[in-house]
Amino acid sequence: MDVTKVDEIVAKYQGKQGILIQVLQDIQAEYNWLPEEALKQVSKRLKVPLSQAYSIASFYKAFSLTPRGRHLINVCLGTACHVRGGPKIMDKVEELLGIKGGETTPDQKFTLQRVNCLGCCALGPVMVVDGEYHGRLLVSKVEKILKGYE
Amino acid sequence: MPQIKSLADLDRVRKEIIAKRDPNKPCITVCSGTGCHAYGCERLAVAFKEEIKRQGLADEVDIRTTGCHGFCERGPLVAIKPEGIFYQRVSLEDVPEVVSDTIVKGNIVDRLLFVDPETGEKAIHEHEVPFYKKQRRIVFGTNGLIDPTAIDDYLAVGGYAALSKVISSMSPEQVVEEVKRANLRGRGGAGFPAGRKWEVCRNAPGEPKYVIVNCDEGDPGAYMDRSLMEGNPHLVLEGLIIGAYAIGSHHGYIYVRKEYPLAVENVNIAIRQAKEYGLLGENILGSGFGFDVEVHRGAGAFVSGEESALMTALEGRVGEPKPRHVYPAVRGLWRMPTNINNVETWANVPLIINNGADWFASVGTEGSKGTKIFSLVGKVNNTGLVEVPMGIPLRDIIYEIGGGIPGGKKLKAVQTGGPSGGCIPESLLDSPVDFDELTRLGSMMGSGGIIVMDEDTCMVDMARYFLDFLADESCGKCTPCREGIEQMLEILTYITEGKGKEGDIELLEELSEVTRDASLCALGGTAPNPVLSTIRYFRDEYEAHIKEKRCPARVCKALISYYIQPDKCQACLICLRKCPAEAITGGKNEIHVIDQSKCTKCGICLDVCPERFSAVVKISGVPVPPPPPVEARAIRVKQRGKER
Repeated sequence: MDVTKVDEIVAKYQGKQGILIQVLQDIQAEYNWLPEEALKQVSKRLKVPLSQAYSIASFYKAFSLTPRGRHLINVCLGTACHVRGGPKIMDKVEELLGIKGGETTPDQKFTLQRVNCLGCCALGPVMVVDGEYHGRLLVSKVEKILKGYE
Repeated sequence: MPQIKSLADLDRVRKEIIAKRDPNKPCITVCSGTGCHAYGCERLAVAFKEEIKRQGLADEVDIRTTGCHGFCERGPLVAIKPEGIFYQRVSLEDVPEVVSDTIVKGNIVDRLLFVDPETGEKAIHEHEVPFYKKQRRIVFGTNGLIDPTAIDDYLAVGGYAALSKVISSMSPEQVVEEVKRANLRGRGGAGFPAGRKWEVCRNAPGEPKYVIVNCDEGDPGAYMDRSLMEGNPHLVLEGLIIGAYAIGSHHGYIYVRKEYPLAVENVNIAIRQAKEYGLLGENILGSGFGFDVEVHRGAGAFVSGEESALMTALEGRVGEPKPRHVYPAVRGLWRMPTNINNVETWANVPLIINNGADWFASVGTEGSKGTKIFSLVGKVNNTGLVEVPMGIPLRDIIYEIGGGIPGGKKLKAVQTGGPSGGCIPESLLDSPVDFDELTRLGSMMGSGGIIVMDEDTCMVDMARYFLDFLADESCGKCTPCREGIEQMLEILTYITEGKGKEGDIELLEELSEVTRDASLCALGGTAPNPVLSTIRYFRDEYEAHIKEKRCPARVCKALISYYIQPDKCQACLICLRKCPAEAITGGKNEIHVIDQSKCTKCGICLDVCPERFSAVVKISGVPVPPPPPVEARAIRVKQRGKER
């Protein structure tokens, strides 16, 4: 793995305190996950124990220690979506893809995530695929939406 | 780019900006708050730009994408200045007509106006819409006037005047005193008086001191901080700089959760612009006071919104809470005195300075001053962000502003305060909303989510939902929270699955007490609230689940069945074709029947059954009636024709 990208990211924060979480977020954005080599490089460059980098990577939701799929599905299960039937949408997506929230399909096509409120409660229940919002969703429409992604 | 080096400079720049603007020039403002964004307002703004160019009006009409206008239910929202014509649910197809009719000819496009569903009256201007009438939008009001990425817009509406006043005529002590006198209480949930916190921090020994904006808004169903941060970042920034001046801090952090990328972007733009103008950095407005701020993106952990956890996260470590033997205001970030306030709290500061503590304290109740922004969501007609004076009855918020409950359903309860809050039943809706009253009712203000629930909401399921959320978000550091929540969740799950036992309610109460009293931070300390408040007000629902194995709201999957009423089924084949489990039998002219052994209870049949038939129902607590015998399932075509 080419770790020069990691070095570049670290260099951006030169001279600042407490930057580990920010660095890891940039790496996550760059690779879409946190490869082990990248974590090791961060640990070396920032002179923090690898265990600390790992504890952060495993604590926060923004980080993934496995590669994510090509398309990211966020099903909102915030309170407003919950009372409007969000769980039924989640059940349907899980059933269609054969995976649970937080998992990726074996063909690396979809990663499914549960999110707790996207702040667009007027549209609930909401599912967001690659940033595209599908609001006031009905269970009967989920399959067609997912079929639209390659 | 003008460098503002003194108060006189600021005045001059402001005057120049205002002089350059013709108040009578038509301006199309497109709301680009979170809700409207999801509706596709970006495309709408582009379409307006193109249309104006196409009609040769590029120099005569301005277009502004603004922060959230609040009325998310009716997005995308468009307001046309200077008249203030208010259009709702505007689509791309409407764009040419709005430009050629309203802008060019001055006519109203009737179909885009808001129609009051009760009176049938149309509202032409924003202030005539019932949703806005009862509000008092002192913090949130400017959102709709300014482009959040343009500091000039903020200056044009009087921005940074409070900072200028503070620096020119107030000592830091006077600023603290003013905020104290206003009795501004923390909008993040706990309601601690901000002025007192500032004073403690100012007087605490140790340098440097830090100030922090908490925008780790994690409560599901609450998004007012996001809308302020995205829609009016300079207001928050101005409040922060004033606070830093009062406290004697030269370095601040703005902690924004990563789920809010637009907030991160806009606040970074605001910081850059403020620096370029000289409103941030060394020697602000020639006062000798210097202040710098940086943005930290939270990486997604609910518990990190807790003050001590947030500071740990800022230090680049796992965001877990710490025991608070000493206030963070005395020893916080990097063990230095640190003042942390919520976004909305900071946004109130410039208003207090501009208008005075007395003015601020004249709004609200005895113990809770000013206004509060609530996100009104759930089963309510007008979903959106509402800003109301403290003390307004919940009923007014839900019925007069929120327009009541959709579909003629009955209101069952209102949940406030997020996962740490509680449920308030219909019978207590006339209670005034303020910090102390909500706590007295067993709920709390929290960050200001108001989730409306109708008769189709199961209160046991709601409690289970919040505990599930909290179990997921508990950091696991202290045992009472980690284990207590988990155990309560397990019992609640059993109850919703029809496996509840006698004594479960009492056990839940006992576990609640231990979790509340023995947890390290507020997450665990308030986690039992959803359980205790639902038991307090809706004990009968718990008992129905446990004793009768019945879910009164017909929500809990294990306790309900879907059933097609034979006398209503018109054999239209829709549910039969849509059923993913192939559990429905029947045919053309033959009544449809659900095979209960195959049914996965996904609810699609109920969704798709045409409303005029309404043949599919959910039943709970009683056995599913046996299907009619096969020979009795035929619907005679003739008969059907007659019926139609």
